[in-house]
Amino acid sequence: MSTLHTVNKSPFDRPSLQTCLRLAGKGNAVLLFEDGVYGAMQGTAVADTVKEALGNVSIYVLGPDLKARGVGEDKLIDGIKVVDYKGFVDLTVENDKVNAWL
Amino acid sequence: MSDVKKFMYINRKAPYGTIYAWEALEVVLIGAAFEQDVSLAFMDDGVFQLVKGQDTTELGIKNFSPTYSALGDYDVNKIYVEKESLEARGLTLDDLMPLKYEDEDDDWAEKDSIRVVTAAEMAEILEQQDVVLSF
Repeated sequence: MSTLHTVNKSPFDRPSLQTCLRLAGKGNAVLLFEDGVYGAMQGTAVADTVKEALGNVSIYVLGPDLKARGVGEDKLIDGIKVVDYKGFVDLTVENDKVNAWL
Repeated sequence: MSDVKKFMYINRKAPYGTIYAWEALEVVLIGAAFEQDVSLAFMDDGVFQLVKGQDTTELGIKNFSPTYSALGDYDVNKIYVEKESLEARGLTLDDLMPLKYEDEDDDWAEKDSIRVVTAAEMAEILEQQDVVLSF
């Protein structure tokens, strides 16, 4: 059963992303959106945790939410893929279920 | 003018994900009309409010970040950003909007409003305030 995990909270505000990455199954997909996109940035206090998780899960980030927050794609951790709203829909369709970490 | 009080607005939330950042900005602008001694502090995720290059076109919501540049015109020119919060988020002063004001006591010279301060310095600044409003 493939799962899409969504995280919409900043990893500096609460540990939703950290818990999600700790508990996501191998090969699962994780989508960062809204304030969750800050978890995709390089050089932050959580960047090492996110980089390590890339060996276990695929991580996606919603482009429009990055742009709104002034986070350029050049600031992202290597290996994280940017998707648009259509890509968000595709991810929900491709996976059997969605686990929303609030 | 002994009735002038030192007002500090603390900003600790990222923009857009919640309404706090925008609400704080509205309150600051309203408060500025009462000619008090106003300072702003940005810490934790609040530092993300000042990141330059924000573009909310695809979200269909208002990009309120240009409003921060108007604060100088309302004599709101003491904007303190906590160094530790920037560092935890991989940010430097260069990632922030260059907020300016014109100093009337110095022949209207254009000066920077943002001052990056350490947690210890921030603690001291908070200590000096008469009123603290937290967002």
